[in-house]
Amino acid sequence: MKKKAKKQKTKFSLNLMWKQRYLLLMSVPFVIWLIIFKYLPLWGWTMAFQEVKPGTFALPLWEREFVGFGNFIKAFTDRLFAKTMINTIGISILGIAIGTVTSIFFALVLNEICFTRFKKITQTVSYLPHFVSWVIIASIAKMLLNDGGAVDTMLNTKLHLMSTNTPVFWVVVCLINVWKEMGWDAIIYLSAMAGVDQGLYEAAKVDGANRFQRIWHITLPGIKPTIVVLLIMSIGGALNVGMERQMLLSNSIVQDNAMVLSWFSYIRGIGSNNYGLGTAIGMFQSVVGVILLFIANKIAGLLGENKLV
Amino acid sequence: MEKNDGKNKKGFQKGKIFDYVLLVFCLLLIVITVYPFLNVLAISLNDSIDTMRNVNFIIPRKFTLSNYTYIFKENNLGGAFAMSVLRTVAGTAAGVICTAMLAYVLSRKDFYFNKLFTILFVITMYVSGGMIPEYLLMTRTLNLGNSIWVYILPGLIWVYNLILMRSFIEGLPMALQEAAKIDGANDFTIWWKIILPLCTPTLATVALFYAVGQWNSFMDTYLYARDLPTLQYVLYEIMEQATIQIDPHAQASDLKNAVSPMSVRMAITIVATVPILIVYPFLQKYFVGGMTLGAVKD
Repeated sequence: MKKKAKKQKTKFSLNLMWKQRYLLLMSVPFVIWLIIFKYLPLWGWTMAFQEVKPGTFALPLWEREFVGFGNFIKAFTDRLFAKTMINTIGISILGIAIGTVTSIFFALVLNEICFTRFKKITQTVSYLPHFVSWVIIASIAKMLLNDGGAVDTMLNTKLHLMSTNTPVFWVVVCLINVWKEMGWDAIIYLSAMAGVDQGLYEAAKVDGANRFQRIWHITLPGIKPTIVVLLIMSIGGALNVGMERQMLLSNSIVQDNAMVLSWFSYIRGIGSNNYGLGTAIGMFQSVVGVILLFIANKIAGLLGENKLV
Repeated sequence: MEKNDGKNKKGFQKGKIFDYVLLVFCLLLIVITVYPFLNVLAISLNDSIDTMRNVNFIIPRKFTLSNYTYIFKENNLGGAFAMSVLRTVAGTAAGVICTAMLAYVLSRKDFYFNKLFTILFVITMYVSGGMIPEYLLMTRTLNLGNSIWVYILPGLIWVYNLILMRSFIEGLPMALQEAAKIDGANDFTIWWKIILPLCTPTLATVALFYAVGQWNSFMDTYLYARDLPTLQYVLYEIMEQATIQIDPHAQASDLKNAVSPMSVRMAITIVATVPILIVYPFLQKYFVGGMTLGAVKD
């Protein structure tokens, strides 16, 4: 109790620092690490307003050529930009929609199933792909889905899943993602379901509600706050479609429909050595992400839901 | 709950059918999840030429280990495997120690910089400089390109794991720490002798997160250290080659001993997956524990 009262008033003093010297020794190196590895890249955003090429990177900040918003204009007028934006948003929305629905559905199935032993096995198996890397998933997916792959052979047709240069590829990517993450994402919904007041179910049963009615009127409203929070977070990350997954799953045929912002930033920034332009694209992605997060948060607040921040 | 359902005669029948529908659904899901892995395993153990006939099987038709001997001989897989193991062991050890140490400091409410440091770390969860500034930092400013450090230093502490650990330590009884302090222990000793031994379950969870992250990591090799290939990177390279490299003029004698790109890929896929498959069943409860703990505390 005394400590709490003290805490409010503690003032900076050398004496206090000496007393907490071990704590300082145990934390300051990591703060320095943090500043170098996480905050210096943020400082690198200055490059977005400059013309930076491999030759001029070593120059001090003030000796590089300032171009104002030139890099952003260059990015927005790039011939790849429009298609990249459409892909990013398309894949994101599709991914969020399919991902949320399937993992809630799966969580409901697990929640309803009464064979406890079997439920555990299903769960254990369903998490497995989450722990496997995208490279491995891509390798497996290509074996299964490429023309003449296992799925084509099994169904005795040609589905051209990995060789159709249309948004069909978005669907393929999203479904592979569901295969990988559905079980894992369901965990959080399951734990939310475990928190729903069991008395409500008893009461509903007395009132003659059947199983579907109980799910619809008790379980789903019970986990609504969780759904909203997760949706807000995923909308905040809507533009951050990872380059890794896209690059690994795509091939030269479908590349037009696989290109997303982070990959675009890589191609322009590192591929064509225009660091300024690449940074501008990355910065656009981050800033829009934060704005989206705030908008989604606001909307959730207006709808009377729990806010994230 | 279900037993109560049984008392209601009509509900009983309907409920039972529904339960079996769920059961079938789950079975289907298990098949969809497991089948691809079995398929890959079977191809990797099957004769390469026989595989070309039809890739759709889960029991090797012509059993052979030649795909594996081939990849370890021809693709320098041993080196890549060693690199993967090295970075996983070193990265996990360093990550766990550093995370635990910092988490303890940040759990100390009396520490003067507690709030400031916590906020500094949490901010980085939401904003990051992005790929290009990070790339330039690693390869140009710090000159870590193609050095083992680039595998360990940038991902030393994950803020998510830090918060997980901190909330666990905050849940430990304060009395222990205070007693130790009265006995004259300094903060480092308290952390090392008292906090760490009590944290074993969370340490396990955090260690697993780091280990899986390190083992699966691909982008850092791709961006910064292509001269230090890991298993993941070698598999990626093979995948790229397999789509390009088709040699129509191969000699008949070559074909005899040749191993098709598909078999090579599947064998490497298995080599890269097996370590995870081995630890997974024993440790999955730690993963899940960590996931839900973090979710609740966030």
